[in-house]
Amino acid sequence: MLDLLLRFLIGGAVVSFFAVLGDIFRPKSFAGLFGAAPSIALATLSLTIHSHGRDYAAIEARSMVLGAIAFFVYANAVSYVLMRYRPRTPLATIGLMPIWFGVALGLWTIFLR
Amino acid sequence: MSIEIDLTSAKITKPHEYAVRFLFGGLVTATTGLIARKYGPSIAGLFLAFPAIFPATATLIAKHEKERKRKAGYNDTRRGRAVASVDAAGTSLGALALGIFALIIWRLLPGHSALGILTLAAISWMAFSILLWQLRRRL
Repeated sequence: MLDLLLRFLIGGAVVSFFAVLGDIFRPKSFAGLFGAAPSIALATLSLTIHSHGRDYAAIEARSMVLGAIAFFVYANAVSYVLMRYRPRTPLATIGLMPIWFGVALGLWTIFLR
Repeated sequence: MSIEIDLTSAKITKPHEYAVRFLFGGLVTATTGLIARKYGPSIAGLFLAFPAIFPATATLIAKHEKERKRKAGYNDTRRGRAVASVDAAGTSLGALALGIFALIIWRLLPGHSALGILTLAAISWMAFSILLWQLRRRL
């Protein structure tokens, strides 16, 4: 329970830090880079290395490569749909989230299962 | 266009909007730990690249841009969505660099200093992000 609370607090703090960076930079295309900052990874991997060791964390990082590819596909899809069809932003970002799950789990099934 | 720091954008973000992003970030990090316990590190690793706060951030950007336009006397939602689209395009480049970050940790972490590799990976993420952004601007 303490581990989860620690993860919550550290994760929230690191994610907030990168979110503020994303707020203050211009142009927006540059600020957008921080939307994919390794915030959760830095918080999680530090704790994982401490509790399970480096080899365990390396296994997580191997899967993270596939998660990042899925993020790339998802973010491009959101960018295209917002520009082309102009839906409400939450509708596009949340409605297209299955793309991330589909690509991430699809790649994991093909390469790592 | 050069890279600039605009602190007014941070000032117009309301406390509850920061709280929402803290909450999402904390929840996803904690959930990743739970997934690792139940399904193992291979599945949990996918969620290290989960777009946790991207929907909230993109929504805030569109909302703030709409408010800026309204204050300037325009009632146009299209501009906000266009800016959110540009932000998402930038995020997609950050996601590619996130893959480099993960690759460095996967290949180098076993057998090397954890602090050194995490630092190297974080610096590489920033460097590749900026490089990709510069390349995209020139194309």
